[in-house]
Amino acid sequence: MFDGLTRSFQKTFRNLSGRGRISESNIREAMEEVRTALLEADVHHDLVDRFCNEVVEDAIGKEVTRSLKPGEEMIGIVHERLVAMMGEAPGPIAMVEPGPTVILMCGLQGSGKTTTCGKLAARFKADGHSVMLVAADLQRPAAVEQLRIVSEQVASSAPGKGRVAFHGEPERCAEYGQAVGVAVEVAKRGLAEARKGNFEFLIVDTAGRLHVNDDLMKELRAVDRAVEAHQILLVVDAMTGQDALLSAKAFHEAMQVDGLVLTKFDSDTRGGAALSVREVTGAPVRFLGVGEKFTALEEFHPQRIAGRILGMGDVVSLVEKARQEVSDEEAAELMEKMSKGRLGLDDFLRQMKVLRRMGPIKSLLGMLPGVGQMLKDLPLEDKQLDRLQGIVHSMTPAERRDPAMLERSRIARVAAGSASDRAEVSRLVKQFDLMRKMGSQLAGAGATGRMAAMRGLGAGGLPTRGSTHTSSPKARFKQRKKR
Amino acid sequence: MGLFKAAASILKRGLARTAEAMVGMRAFLAGRRIDESLLAEVEKRLLAADVGVKAARESVESLRQDWLAGRIAAGEEVVPFLKASLRARWEGVDLDLARSERKPTVILVVGVNGSGKTTSVAKIAASLKAEGRSVLLAAADTFRAGAVRQLEIWSERLGVDLVKGAEGADPAAVVFDAAQAAVAREADVLLVDTAGRLHTQDTLMRQLTKIREVVAKRIPGAPHEVLLVLDATAGQNAIRQAEVFTAAVEVTGIFLSKLDGTARGGVVMAIRDQMGLPVKLIGVGERPEDVEAFDPEAFVEGMFDRAE
Repeated sequence: MFDGLTRSFQKTFRNLSGRGRISESNIREAMEEVRTALLEADVHHDLVDRFCNEVVEDAIGKEVTRSLKPGEEMIGIVHERLVAMMGEAPGPIAMVEPGPTVILMCGLQGSGKTTTCGKLAARFKADGHSVMLVAADLQRPAAVEQLRIVSEQVASSAPGKGRVAFHGEPERCAEYGQAVGVAVEVAKRGLAEARKGNFEFLIVDTAGRLHVNDDLMKELRAVDRAVEAHQILLVVDAMTGQDALLSAKAFHEAMQVDGLVLTKFDSDTRGGAALSVREVTGAPVRFLGVGEKFTALEEFHPQRIAGRILGMGDVVSLVEKARQEVSDEEAAELMEKMSKGRLGLDDFLRQMKVLRRMGPIKSLLGMLPGVGQMLKDLPLEDKQLDRLQGIVHSMTPAERRDPAMLERSRIARVAAGSASDRAEVSRLVKQFDLMRKMGSQLAGAGATGRMAAMRGLGAGGLPTRGSTHTSSPKARFKQRKKR
Repeated sequence: MGLFKAAASILKRGLARTAEAMVGMRAFLAGRRIDESLLAEVEKRLLAADVGVKAARESVESLRQDWLAGRIAAGEEVVPFLKASLRARWEGVDLDLARSERKPTVILVVGVNGSGKTTSVAKIAASLKAEGRSVLLAAADTFRAGAVRQLEIWSERLGVDLVKGAEGADPAAVVFDAAQAAVAREADVLLVDTAGRLHTQDTLMRQLTKIREVVAKRIPGAPHEVLLVLDATAGQNAIRQAEVFTAAVEVTGIFLSKLDGTARGGVVMAIRDQMGLPVKLIGVGERPEDVEAFDPEAFVEGMFDRAE
């Protein structure tokens, strides 16, 4: 997500900390790189200027130049500023009595309102709440039908016990610009129905509209008056450029937005729009959309994201991601194998595949504290995992179950089969052996322990070319246990 | 190119907001002599119009060179200079939609979620039809709920044929059927709408490659045009999108959508500059006629001059 920013910041501050003494002009120079990074990340240019100036002022005020560790202090200042800019983590959406709690979705065309409606409904359902969705988008062809299908899918296949219902009046759709105002009536009837059915939440999907289209903005306000929304959520495409600030501002001025949803965060956008929209509306970013599935809606944690920008890690997100990808049964089976020391290379490969499902390996490892810095020298690319996979696939099933049986001639065969060299194969075998031992000690340590094991795997457990580690995995393991 | 000859006002309407942002530029430059602080301000304003970090810096750098060489000095000369330097980036670029010798010409439309593919497909279909060419639509977005229905409604409104598959069907199979139908019915153009996909989703990108291969197998030389629909409000990530989509399906041109929603029409420059891909069509509204062929001359003029 914020990988690009992270990289640029790290480069900047490595340069800073490399110097013995830091002058004010050094700081300004370093901030120039931060500035470019933020601009390239689509943070609004006015905001960039202000941010950089504030950081420089802070740095001078705190006499960073005299500090023994100026780089670290600078990171501290930038981090503080970033967190402040992104605001507090909002609590859960407050429910009102009597219900329904009305949530009004608004935003530009194609920002992902309808999809987000489904994800929100799935979240409420999972929490055991009843929710009704009402289709007040009568502009885009088949938008009503889309929400109906989404509602049905959430009702039938999303996990949880809450009731999910849909209100829509497809026959009232018309061509663009023709049915303006009809949405108000539809929303009203949706609310009445939700009240009658004792639903706890009502989610109102509206048509995408340009903030400069006065008629449609008026309609949106009328819809709001009709349903008296408790939460107005502005849905923003995280890939938006400099415009994000302008459109968010216009929506906010018209609607008094209560919260933000940033969608398509699973793209490789640097996500600077997040900063812009947050700044201009003052409303908290509530959710991040991170995929096509109904469960792909994450809560937004400013501390974590700011930490991630600075390479300080985001373990919580990683654990959450792992939970999404690994089923309980899979985990239990793995634990069992680990505790008995029966982990085979096939299991290892499967684990690797899970890891890769969670995202590019570098971005995953970037979430781990401290790893960010180390990573820059490791040639740990997804391609390398392909090599490992190639090596394992060149082994017989028996060898995969028990790599210890790989002696010289077998190693030579595997090396030839996978177009690697013998050293590479033996390194994999040795490391795996260590990992297996580690695994049997770790088994039963619970989720945290598992994460620690994973960390070991990422940081040093993989045989990587050109790795400069001197401490043995065992020593590192002991160190970790102490923490 | 004859086709897409909509009223000139469409472009102006689309660029009105960009032009407004640029009005301040003229006022700022009036009566001033060029100096470093003026150059910095010009660069900032170009950046604000999203011409891209690279294009903005390069334009201002060439301006600085001319100024240092004594070829230019007055603030009033800056806008004409920028216009010329921006226009020059389009020389020799083919901006016409491809047209195959043999029927049908196949146009594949791709892009990320929410970029405006289906609306853009409807617009292209409307324009082609107005030109008297027969169009067959292929609704290959079998993933998003309601997407097929959305295109179907357009096909009914526009009176063009449609080949569709069931929701969840293999999109490549739908496209194959559509290619068969296009050949059998001797349609002039087969227009393929695909599901939105983020360029970071490898599996979905491979699916797109497969769609391309399937259509190429049935109709040699197809697709003749692969249009990437880019949201004009997208930021620098648009460049990434173009790179990845080009790697997957050899994009030949850009359909720049939602240009009316942005004050940053300059993104067209950034796209040309950094991706080497021509913007062929621009979309400026939700009605089928809200589309126009891209004209660099008019565009650069529109970028700097307030709409009447």
